[in-house]
Amino acid sequence: MATVVIDSGSGNLRSVHRALEAAGCVPEFTSDPDAVRKADRIVVPGQGAFGDCVGNLDKHGLSEAIIESAKAGTPYFGICLGLHILFESSDESSDKGLGLLEGDVQRFSPEVGKVPHMGWNSVTWDYSEGRDPILEGIPQETYFYFTHSYHVEPLDARVIALRCHYGHDFVAAIRHENLFACQFHPEKSQGAGLTLLANFLKA
Amino acid sequence: MLAKRIIPCLDVKDGRVVKGINFVELRDAGDPVEQATIYDTQGADEICFLDISASPEGKSTIIDIVKRTADCVFVPLTVGGGVRTVDDCRKLLEAGADRVAINTAAIRRPELITEAAKRFGTQAIVVAIDAKKNPDGRYEIYSHGGRTPEGLDGLEWCKRMADMGAGELLLTSMDRDGTRKGYELELTRLIADAVPIPVIASGGVGVLDHMVEGLTTGGANAVLAASIFHYGEHTIGDAKAHLRGAAVAIREPWNPS
Repeated sequence: MATVVIDSGSGNLRSVHRALEAAGCVPEFTSDPDAVRKADRIVVPGQGAFGDCVGNLDKHGLSEAIIESAKAGTPYFGICLGLHILFESSDESSDKGLGLLEGDVQRFSPEVGKVPHMGWNSVTWDYSEGRDPILEGIPQETYFYFTHSYHVEPLDARVIALRCHYGHDFVAAIRHENLFACQFHPEKSQGAGLTLLANFLKA
Repeated sequence: MLAKRIIPCLDVKDGRVVKGINFVELRDAGDPVEQATIYDTQGADEICFLDISASPEGKSTIIDIVKRTADCVFVPLTVGGGVRTVDDCRKLLEAGADRVAINTAAIRRPELITEAAKRFGTQAIVVAIDAKKNPDGRYEIYSHGGRTPEGLDGLEWCKRMADMGAGELLLTSMDRDGTRKGYELELTRLIADAVPIPVIASGGVGVLDHMVEGLTTGGANAVLAASIFHYGEHTIGDAKAHLRGAAVAIREPWNPS
C-alpha cells in the first residue's frame, strides 16, 4: 500500500514524514505525477504561499494527477495548504485552486484578533451528521495546532467535518467522499494528530 | 478557544544545553533532544532552541539537533540564534523546525524578514527583539544577544517588523532577563497592543504567577521561560495547573477516551 506525500516544494516535509511513520506507515515523497496516479493514499502537506504551491503543482503536472486520483476515489489527506488548494480560489493569490470543492479561501479580518491565528485551539463536530471514522478516538474539544492567516469558506456546509472558533466559527477540517483535509497541523499536534493520521491510514 | 502557549526555551551551545534540567531521570543532562522530549511529555505547547554557539561547527550541530528533535517530538519547534540568511532559514525548516527566530540579521537588513516570509510564509518567521528601557522611558533595541544598543525605538521597530512580514514577535526585556522579577509588563502590553501579530513574552519569569501576569496584564499570546523549568522547580504541568486556576485558557493534555 503506497502512501505518497506530495512535495510541492514548500514547508517542513520532514515532520509530516516522521508523523506518518509514527502513525504506522512508510510514506514516499514524490513530485512525479505517475506516482500520484498509482498511489493508494495521497497526503498533501503545505505551508507558505497559496500561489507558490499551486504554481509548483502545475509545473510538475501534479495538479492534474491529484484531480484524477481524487476523482478516482484515492483517499486524500490535505494539511493547511493541502486543504486550501482543494477550493476554487484564494484571497492570497490570483492563481486558481484545484476546484475539487466549491468555495474559496479567505483571509482572517483584523477584528478576530491577532493574525496569524497561531497556537492550539479546540475543535468540535456536529453529531447529527454521524461520526466520520477518521475522527475515531478524537473527543469533542480536542486541541490541535494551528498556524495560518487564511481559512476556507465552502459553498456547501455539508463538507464541514470540524469547526473551530477564532473571532468567529471557521472550518477546521472538511470531508467530501474520499477527501479529508484539515486547517491544523496533525504532524505538530502530538497524540491527537497522530491518532488522526493513524485513522486515515486504516481507512 | 485559542489557548495561551507555554514555551520552554533551551539555550544550546556547540550541541549541548547550557542551562539544563537537573532531573535525576536524565541519562545525559546536556542533550537537548532528551530535554526537549521531557518538555513534550510534560505538555509543552511548543519548544524553543536558542543556539548560542559562536563557531561554524556549532552551527552545523544545531541542524542535527533539530533533525533528531523533530524525529521524536510532535509539537512545534522554534529555533533561533545566528540565523542570517534565507538559506539559514531553509536549512533549519528542512531539518524539522517550524519557525525560525531572527534577531540581529533583521536589524542589519530588515528586508530579510520580507524575503523569508515570502518564501516560507509569515507563520514560519519570528522576529526576536531584545529591548531595554532608556532613562527617558522609551525602549531601545539591542543586538548581538543584548550587548549592542542599536539606537532604534522599540515600539517603532516592532511595528516595522510586523509590517515587513514577521508572523510573531519574541519580545525579551533586557532589564528583566535573568532577574526572576517577572516579565516587563509595561513593555509587553505596549507592544502587544501595537502590533497585529502575536507576541511571546520573555525575560524575567521567577514564579508561576509571572506567567499569569504576562498573559493577562501584559497581553501576551504566549510566555517563554527557561530557568523556572530547567532547575526542576516547576514542571510544565504545574504551570498549566496554575494558569488554569487563574482562568487563563490553556491546552488540556491529550487524554484519549
